[in-house]
Amino acid sequence: MENSMTMRFLALSGNESFARAVASAFFAQLDPTMAELADLKTAVSEAVTNCVVHAYGDDAPSNYITMAMTLKDNVATVVIEDTGRGIADVEQAKQPFFTSAPELERSGMGFSVMEAFMDSLTVESTVGKGTRVTMAKRVGGKNDERE
Amino acid sequence: MRATCKRKGDTMTVSLSGELDQHGAAAVQDKLKACAEDEAVKKLVVDMSKVVFMDSSGIGALLGRYRTMSEKKGSMVLKNPSDQINKLLRMAGMAKLVEKN
Ligand SMILES: Nc1ncnc2c1ncn2[C@@H]1O[C@H](COP(=O)(O)OP(=O)(O)O)[C@@H](O)[C@H]1O
Ligand SMILES: [Mg+2]
Repeated sequence: MENSMTMRFLALSGNESFARAVASAFFAQLDPTMAELADLKTAVSEAVTNCVVHAYGDDAPSNYITMAMTLKDNVATVVIEDTGRGIADVEQAKQPFFTSAPELERSGMGFSVMEAFMDSLTVESTVGKGTRVTMAKRVGGKNDERE
Repeated sequence: MRATCKRKGDTMTVSLSGELDQHGAAAVQDKLKACAEDEAVKKLVVDMSKVVFMDSSGIGALLGRYRTMSEKKGSMVLKNPSDQINKLLRMAGMAKLVEKN
C-alpha cells in the first residue's frame, strides 16, 4: 500500500490535538497496534508543539506549519516543517532535558520522545529560515501483538 | 482539559481530565499551581485516570508541581496513568512517583 497527504495549518496550540487526530486517522490504514498508534501520535504532538512554542515570535510574518505524511510498505513517515526562527545548534537542542524555555515549564524532552517513539528522526534547520523534522516508523507488522 | 482540586487535611487531590498537551497544560496551569502552592497542602495527589493523552508538555507541567512540593518539603504522587503516559514517565525518570494500587 502506498499513500500520501499534506496539510498546512496555523501554529496554534489548539491545532496540536487536530494534528494528532489527522495522523491517527491517516496511519490507521496501516492497521497499527494501539501502542504503535500512541507512539505516532505522541511524536507528531511533540514536533507540532515545537513549531507552536518555539518557531514563531509575535512579529512573524507568517506562522504556518506544514505536515506531510506518507505510508509505504508498513513504514509511516511524517515531515513537520515551519518557516520560523530555526535552531542554531541542533545537536544541543536534541540533548535530553535541553530547553531554551525553562520559564515556560518546558521539559526539554520533545526530541528525546520523538527519537524513542519512532525508528528514525532527522532534524534540519536553518536560522532565520525554519526547521524540518522527518520521522519514520515501521508499523502494523507485528500481528501477534495485536489487541 | 479540566482540573478539579479537593483538599482533605494536608492532602490535595487534583483530578485531571482530557489531553495534557501544551494546549491542555496551559489551560489548567493556574489552577494546578494554586492547588500545589496552597499553604495547608503537604501532599499533592494527581489523579490521571481521565487523562487520555499526554506528551512532554505534560511532563513539564508535572515536574513544575513536583518542584513546588519539594521546595516546601512536601510530596507528590501520580495515580492511574495509562500505558502511554507510563512510558513517558519512565523516560523522564518519574516512574517512582506513581502510586501502586
Ligand atoms: N521548530 C522549532 N523552531 C525553533 N526552535 C526549536 C524548534 N523545535 C525545537 N526547538 C528548540 O529545541 C529545543 C528542544 O526542543 P524539545 O526537545 O522539544 O524541548 P522543549 O520543547 O521542551 O523545549 C527547544 O527548547 C527549542 O530551543
Ligand atoms: Mg518540545
